[in-house]
Amino acid sequence: MTIKVLGPGCMNCKTLAGRALEAVQQLGINARVEKVEDIQAIASYGILRTPGLVIDEHVVSSGMVPKVEEIKALILKQSGNVSR
Amino acid sequence: MNFKPTWRAVFFVAAWVIVYLALDPATSSLVSLLPLPSGSKLTEAIRFFLYEAPKVLLLLTIVVFVVGIIRSYFSPERTRQILGKRSLFLGNILASMLGIVTPFCSCSAVPLFIGFVETGIPLGVTFSFLIAAPMINEVAVVLLFGLFGWKTALIYVVTGLAIAISSGFVIGRLRVERFVEDWVYAVKSRNLTLDSNPTRDDRVHAGFDAVRDIVSKVWLYVLIGIGVGAGVHGYVPENFLAGIMGKSAWWSVPVSVLIGVPLYSNAAGIIPIVHALLEKGASLGTALAFMMSVIGLSLPETIILRKVLKLPLIFIFVGVVATGITIVGYLFNFIY
Repeated sequence: MTIKVLGPGCMNCKTLAGRALEAVQQLGINARVEKVEDIQAIASYGILRTPGLVIDEHVVSSGMVPKVEEIKALILKQSGNVSR
Repeated sequence: MNFKPTWRAVFFVAAWVIVYLALDPATSSLVSLLPLPSGSKLTEAIRFFLYEAPKVLLLLTIVVFVVGIIRSYFSPERTRQILGKRSLFLGNILASMLGIVTPFCSCSAVPLFIGFVETGIPLGVTFSFLIAAPMINEVAVVLLFGLFGWKTALIYVVTGLAIAISSGFVIGRLRVERFVEDWVYAVKSRNLTLDSNPTRDDRVHAGFDAVRDIVSKVWLYVLIGIGVGAGVHGYVPENFLAGIMGKSAWWSVPVSVLIGVPLYSNAAGIIPIVHALLEKGASLGTALAFMMSVIGLSLPETIILRKVLKLPLIFIFVGVVATGITIVGYLFNFIY
């Protein structure tokens, strides 16, 4: 699983990346957390607000910093969608 | 059906009203208990601070809460949809007004710009949005209302809107499309459907989140600003600034704008300072122009926008908005 945090390096983007990492660790899953800072790459995801959270190329949130628990739920939901 | 958050909101508003009503008598008796010589400069400064600080913080809390709820009805995605098919002038008006209520942070200016352009929203309309969104916000309006009364707050909103509308319109007329970085037009983003259909509970949560978020970020600035204001209130003689920032100094408006444009501060930091300026003899137009140029334009924001705009358009953008602010400044110096 690949989790991407879209954002040019603002405060919220860093917070989100930290929380995403924490969510992955708490779930104990094998996932990579990447930061996408290139503005063209960010734009290609179609988000209007940063930071964006992308799980396996699906944009799951934008313009907010979900809590660790919420990120865990999003990850589980997304992985459920894939396996089913 | 779960009423819990709604009830929390009701309790919150009720508690707020009680505290607000009790505030004046409470601060009065508190001040009278303090062993301060009446009429001294220090007493005046402390008095000013004790009256203003809790009042402004309380107003800020309730307005941020309400605006947080209102904003849950708007999103940049929805705004983009509304603006999609508008003609230039009407589009400018709508974009400026939506700029007030759509949740926006200047750190998202670039993705938002690309997203708007990609949908075919005219550049001028996009600029109206980008000008109004940071300049007219709830923190600015609350502080103006709390410190100067509703007339000044209204003037600020109306002139801010006028600047956003007309600047966007002028930029739209200048045919500046060629000054947008070429790659912006090449962006093909996937169609994003973030389906969110917030319930009433979600909206109340959004209100509380906004309070937590914004008030925790700006309360210190508010206190420092009012503190500076209190110091100036007590110690700097009145009309101290009349010579350099008063009406008689014709150059004060453009100079204030020139100083204000590169500076950046949020509304919470700058307004109490503007309050102090006004009290010491600066004219309303000059103070307003200074404030607008600090909040509305900034070096960091233009650096962010440089990623999508070529240099000439950056200058056009800053130039047009700064001109608008200067005109407003002169207008108010002339009227008052």
